[in-house]
Amino acid sequence: MATAVTIQPERRVDLTPQATLPPPERRETVFDIRGLTARYGGVPAISDVSMEIYENLVTAVIGPSGCGKSTFIRCLNRMNDLVPAFRAEGEILYHGLDLHGPGIDPVAVRRRIGMVFQKPNPFPKSIYDNVAFGLRALGMKDGLDGRVEHALTQAALWDEVKGRLKMSALELSGGQQQRLCIARAIAVEPDVVLLDEPASALDPIATSSIEDLMHELKRDYTFVIVTHNMQQAARVADMTAFFSLSPAGEDGRRSGMLVEYDATQKIFTTPADRRTEDYVTGRFG
Amino acid sequence: MATTSPSLARAAELRRRGRFHPGDAALHGVTLVAALGAVALLALIAWKVVDQARPAMHRFGLHFLVSNTWDPGIHQVFGAAAFIFGTAVTSLGALLIAGPLSIAIALFLTELAPRWLRGPIGTLVEMLAAVPSVVVGLWGILVMGPFVANHLEPWLKHTFGFLPLFGGDPSIFGLLPAILVLTIMITPIVSSVSRELFLGVPQDLKEGALALGTTRWEMIRGVVLPYARSGIAAALILGLGRAVGEAIAVTQVIGGNVAIHWSLFRPGDTLASRIASQYQGATTKLQVGSIAYLATILLVFSLLANVAAQAIVRKVARRQPVIR
Amino acid sequence: MSALSANTDGLRRRRAVNRLMEAIATAAAFAAVVVLGIMVVSVARRGGAAIDLNLFTKTPHPFSFTNQPSGLANAFVGTAVIVGIATAMAVPVGVLSAIYLNEFARARVAFLIALALDVLNGVPAIVVGIFVFALIVVHHGQSALAGSFALSILMIPLIARATQEVLALVPQATREGSLALGVSRWRTTLGVVLPQTIGAIVTGTTLAVARVAGETAPLLFTSSIVGDRLQWNPHLALASVPLKIFEYSESPDPADHARAWAAALVLISFVLVASITARALAARSRRRMGLHR
Repeated sequence: MATAVTIQPERRVDLTPQATLPPPERRETVFDIRGLTARYGGVPAISDVSMEIYENLVTAVIGPSGCGKSTFIRCLNRMNDLVPAFRAEGEILYHGLDLHGPGIDPVAVRRRIGMVFQKPNPFPKSIYDNVAFGLRALGMKDGLDGRVEHALTQAALWDEVKGRLKMSALELSGGQQQRLCIARAIAVEPDVVLLDEPASALDPIATSSIEDLMHELKRDYTFVIVTHNMQQAARVADMTAFFSLSPAGEDGRRSGMLVEYDATQKIFTTPADRRTEDYVTGRFG
Repeated sequence: MATTSPSLARAAELRRRGRFHPGDAALHGVTLVAALGAVALLALIAWKVVDQARPAMHRFGLHFLVSNTWDPGIHQVFGAAAFIFGTAVTSLGALLIAGPLSIAIALFLTELAPRWLRGPIGTLVEMLAAVPSVVVGLWGILVMGPFVANHLEPWLKHTFGFLPLFGGDPSIFGLLPAILVLTIMITPIVSSVSRELFLGVPQDLKEGALALGTTRWEMIRGVVLPYARSGIAAALILGLGRAVGEAIAVTQVIGGNVAIHWSLFRPGDTLASRIASQYQGATTKLQVGSIAYLATILLVFSLLANVAAQAIVRKVARRQPVIR
Repeated sequence: MSALSANTDGLRRRRAVNRLMEAIATAAAFAAVVVLGIMVVSVARRGGAAIDLNLFTKTPHPFSFTNQPSGLANAFVGTAVIVGIATAMAVPVGVLSAIYLNEFARARVAFLIALALDVLNGVPAIVVGIFVFALIVVHHGQSALAGSFALSILMIPLIARATQEVLALVPQATREGSLALGVSRWRTTLGVVLPQTIGAIVTGTTLAVARVAGETAPLLFTSSIVGDRLQWNPHLALASVPLKIFEYSESPDPADHARAWAAALVLISFVLVASITARALAARSRRRMGLHR
């Protein structure tokens, strides 16, 4: 069975340089984020974040809870538009196009930039329909069965569910549900997949299979993953951004900020910032 | 190798597609029309009913409210005083019985009954609300009526005959049967709203009171009832609104009479029952207008009662989200 | 010791009060159940004695003192037509308003619309009857359609509120899952959110049908002047079961009473079965929704 992924002890502490990380001049920028500040009802959740995210790499966003990681990643496909009091300032250039600019359609943005959520949220439909729903809605109806099978295969779920595609997705285990959500997201062939703590509700085996998936799929997709699990970031990410809380401002409020952003290997071995070092070595507190 | 990625070309689509989604706009529009339609209905009801009443309003003005005449004959004089009186007596009478009864039922269902009994009894009480009013009325005439006339009213007269309320000759039709029928109809409503309220009283408040050594009744009187006080008021107002608006069952048992008197045994009419009983006879514009005038009074009252009750309910709900 | 025993008298009195109050509350609950029981038994006994197949297959015989078979087929047909059309009018409006209320409206607008629906729910049925009389009957005469419109006004708030309550229970994560695929809002609403509420819509509609099937007041002024012939045409005023019961209940003829009881038995059975089924369905779908909340 494909679920029989063994947890290899050496991978847990694997901080060797990622073979796939190309040198800076050969990275292609997908997101160019400039001075992004995001507020809920006037209260800033993240302040002045600037960074670039590169194509066909896995970029991890780590940091303590409350530092705005989720807010940040939800800005990247305008998921925050659904929150009434949300406002964003600054620019998020996606292939040079400002996602918050005039005339940009958030629906089209999300069609290109998919998302997998913290808690698995399959639709209360059959396994097949979960994957097929987006395809049908987006008019990708030619060869529907093939597309569904392909997506489920890519998400390493096909072998487990191929005989019971008509079964309700809600009857799957948590790990299977999350892989179904990944299959659902990649079925519509996005360019970027955002993952907001995709493994936080999963057991280690399911977590491991999802990490394997990202390794497999990054040839085709760009991944941005939020995680509070440093080991996970070290295992899957090429690049890592460390977010933390800023010191209290005049009004006594703290907001999330980007502390350091670099190759994963560098962040975990020789971070430039003291706060990063404290965090990755577990001295944060 | 900075090849131009296909995604670069796709990025341009984000702008080309624009923000307008016909489907979204259509769904938004259609649902908005439906919602506004439902709201507009309320306004249209008010306008149409008042409009229909206009001839009577012109002729009788506010004097209609205090005039105790309903003469559809050649004189064509109409007034609502007797019906307002009948409505007040029957509704308040019903509320006087149904109020305490409903609160007692709600207390039984939330505080006293063994857990396994709460669901079934609660459902049965609510089933009482599902019985169509015409069936309640039928039962009221043919089963309850003889009982009232042969047993209840003679007994009341014998025991409390010195009160003008219980003077007069026992009869199948009259204000008392109407009060009883209304009591049966509003008890399920008031008790189910009260039950929700009592369920919302925080458990720790109740336990706190019991820990002081109070009996269950003292706990109810000291904690549950004060906590749910405004909600109970809303429940009573809702019940009153329902009693005032009930037409059919009352028409069947009240007897139909234009008179103001103190005996509950004698026939009368409420606003709603007078309207209902006129359905075949209204011939002149003035009589139709007078019927609509009665409906206007009913409408105004029910709007006031409902807005007041809903305002209280919403205020209470904000304070204590009722957990089901 | 003396303090404790002095207290005992007070305690005994308090206990007695407590027992009395508990007894009163218990008696009140049982009184309500007993009244329901008496009513149901009366209807079942008297209706059961008078019910036969003719009730459904024959129309009323003009002279009830003859022994000709007589029934209320026209009233059953009329009620089916009137309630059917009312349901067809009320369900779309109710469901769509609920969608607007829960998916599109801003908080303040939603508050006002919900309030308006609740107030509409409180408008007396007889006033709704007068309204439809003034709006339609004055100009076009009585018809089953006018009666259906009146009943649909009573149904709309019930269906809208039942649907909206369940829409509010659909987790936001489900909507986000669809929107994150780049699926537009309307497809998300109709394709993912609404299917989850089908159970609630069916339940709400069943309860609304159960409520209006027994309504008499709105039909008095809209569809009451009818003959004894069997008619299907909704442009004509059609007979209805509750109105027939109403008429017969005021008749002095015991034969009419018997038919009223028989019709009441049919009506009450339908209403109670529909309400109980709807409740059971609601409880089941709420449990199912809770599972993946």
